[in-house]
Amino acid sequence: MSVVLAVDDSASMRQMVSFTLKTAGFEVIEAVDGVDALAKAKGKQVDLVVSDVNMPNMDGIQLISELRSLPQYKFTPMLMLTTESGGDKKTAGKAAGATGWIVKPFNPDQLVKTVKKVLG
Amino acid sequence: MSIDMEQFHQVFFEESLEGLDVMESSLMELQEGKVDAEVVNSIFRAAHSIKGGSATFGFAAVAEFTHVLETLLDEVRQETRQITAEIIDLLLQSVDCLRDQMSALEQGESADSAQSHELKQSFQKILDADDSDAGSVKPDQGVDSNSESSPGWSIFFKPEIEIVQSGNEPLRMFRELALLGKLETTVHMDALPSFAALEPENCYLYWDLKLFGIDISEAQIKEVFEWVEDEAEIRIESLDAESTAADEAIDSAEGMGASQLSEVAQEEGNNASVTEISKTNSFAKRESASIRVGIDKVDELINTVGELVITQSMLSAVGEDFQMDQLARLQHGLNQLAQNTRELQESVMRIRMLPISFSFNRYPRMIRDLGKQLDKKVELVMVGEQTELDKTVLEKIGDPLTHLVRNSMDHGIESPEERIAAGKSETGIITLKASHQGGNIVIEIIDDGKGLDREKILEKAIEKGLQQRGDHLTDEQIYQLILKAGFSTAEQVSDVSGRGVGMDVVRRNIQELGGSINIDSQQGQGSTITIRLPLTLAILDGQLARVSDQIFVFPLVSIIESLELQGIEVRKAAGGCDLIKLREEYIPVVYLSEVFGISSQPTSLENSLLVVVESNNEKIGVVIDDLLSQQQIVIKSLEENYQKVEGISGATILGDGRVALIADIGELIKLSGATHLNKMEAGSTTFPADPQAA
Repeated sequence: MSVVLAVDDSASMRQMVSFTLKTAGFEVIEAVDGVDALAKAKGKQVDLVVSDVNMPNMDGIQLISELRSLPQYKFTPMLMLTTESGGDKKTAGKAAGATGWIVKPFNPDQLVKTVKKVLG
Repeated sequence: MSIDMEQFHQVFFEESLEGLDVMESSLMELQEGKVDAEVVNSIFRAAHSIKGGSATFGFAAVAEFTHVLETLLDEVRQETRQITAEIIDLLLQSVDCLRDQMSALEQGESADSAQSHELKQSFQKILDADDSDAGSVKPDQGVDSNSESSPGWSIFFKPEIEIVQSGNEPLRMFRELALLGKLETTVHMDALPSFAALEPENCYLYWDLKLFGIDISEAQIKEVFEWVEDEAEIRIESLDAESTAADEAIDSAEGMGASQLSEVAQEEGNNASVTEISKTNSFAKRESASIRVGIDKVDELINTVGELVITQSMLSAVGEDFQMDQLARLQHGLNQLAQNTRELQESVMRIRMLPISFSFNRYPRMIRDLGKQLDKKVELVMVGEQTELDKTVLEKIGDPLTHLVRNSMDHGIESPEERIAAGKSETGIITLKASHQGGNIVIEIIDDGKGLDREKILEKAIEKGLQQRGDHLTDEQIYQLILKAGFSTAEQVSDVSGRGVGMDVVRRNIQELGGSINIDSQQGQGSTITIRLPLTLAILDGQLARVSDQIFVFPLVSIIESLELQGIEVRKAAGGCDLIKLREEYIPVVYLSEVFGISSQPTSLENSLLVVVESNNEKIGVVIDDLLSQQQIVIKSLEENYQKVEGISGATILGDGRVALIADIGELIKLSGATHLNKMEAGSTTFPADPQAA
């Protein structure tokens, strides 16, 4: 079973992502911000990171760049959850090593479709 | 897959309200001129999260409103816009507006409000003043214009060599394309270096692809390559060259817009049915249905339950084949059980405990608004915001506290001119302080204003008939007068406070919570109002006392001392009231058996005990027959199970199954006066003949 790390400081969004992916058969680890996510990703190898961008302590872009610099996450897909107004965020995320993004608002079906696409 | 989005709504509302609190307090900091990147960021994040969540959960009105807010905040964050007092004002109004919107949504009503439209326009005006392209929340309406059919597409795809290091696999994209139609791939390997120079982590290949199918739009193809468009050379051409020009007009972003739009519509559809359902649910139930508990508290609870299980198995081992010589072990086990029970109880209670900051957090804003309204400069200092108390107590203390803080602002703190004239700093200080003292939480509202005017209060009290002229009163007793109904000394009744009903209601509310209120004041120096509240309403530490064959419980917190009556002179005072002199102080005496009409063999006074209790700074001595144990009492409502009885606040069931009544000290004090005045009329009380029957 593929393991997804879902990172969002908003509990409702995190629960939505987590519940949706679990329902779709993935194992999900939740993290509340970049710092939390980094620690959890180091503790257990995950197959995909789905992260919000705007978060306290460490934002999604820094998280991706930190993870990307670790050998075990060099090729791991990492998706950003971003709003439609986040054009420069997409660029910054890509520069940090993000695989792609999911545009907010999204619905559960879209999320699962994108995650399945990335995990193959 | 169908996921019921409504299950996340409650969490969304809760976190949004928390976010709004953060936004409000951060705005207050900005107000004070502390423009700090982290503060601005936290405001932005709050707005951003609410926007993201509301859009996801289908609350379009909130999403639209917060979008404008977010746009403006983003400019502030990027330092392309200066934050002004006007913007802060508007943002604070938006916080209120969003709170209203949240509560409307929670109740299944529409969040569309006139206020939000007005505010949105104000923000839009500010945004438009600088640039004309301020956005609206709806994505551009893209039209999926693949009405013209094309036999297929030719795609040239040459990724940068590091593409897989961003987690993008060309193979995945090809797989996706293959889902759209029939895919033919031609791989070019001329960029491959010699084996020695080959870096296995790089991608040296590029492709010519042909995708056949008449229903495929260019936007669909662009979507596949969306994430890598900046990391690859991509050329998409229609196999039927003529239709190319028309399709080039479609930008991939527009394509996304179109798909989003349909999903927003779908969401809104979902939401309509959700609203329908929640309307039938009782909202009130939902409100108290959830409480957020720190994981440490839950862990502690689990831990305690674990201990309990161990004790239980130990006890059952003892009980299986019990011999008298195991008595010591049995007792040890029972002791342990008692301790476990107590710990379990404490852990469970702690789950209901919330920091008082939930209540305190509204005051910075209130002080700011009131300060403006009253033309006063006031600084708010908060101490001990992390002090925890029961959720119910917390909810009920909000209004009285608000009233007291308003009072301090209105009546306590002077105008800047008066303050300067009095040799004080022109900014007044109001301190809110919370702390634990024994089984109580103590909240103090301290101001450095003009203090209470002893003479004026007395004058007013006499004028209102609350007090007789010539009575000798201590300062404390005089200050307590302002807590009486119909008392107000404000020369002008203001909007802010004081119609003379407030303080009375405050006192009553606090008493209903089993608490007390005390006022201390120094003229010219300020006032301190101290509120004492029990940590919880469900359990109290009680002293059991026997009167004839009945057992009463006195809340331990209200007992000052207990003494034998032997050798103490009981004096008859005017009005039929008995008094004792205790350390230079006269205290009225109440005979519990009389108050509750318990027919008993009159125990001679010498053998009786006197429990001195206090409520609201008034003391009485209660005569009882005997003192029994002290123990924790689980309070059961007498009103729910029987009826309201004067002088009794509730009941409890003792270990032996008997019902004991809990004395309401405040009412006993009141009642004592009444009973003594009607001493001659026997049986005037409403005490149930047999409480066990209740």
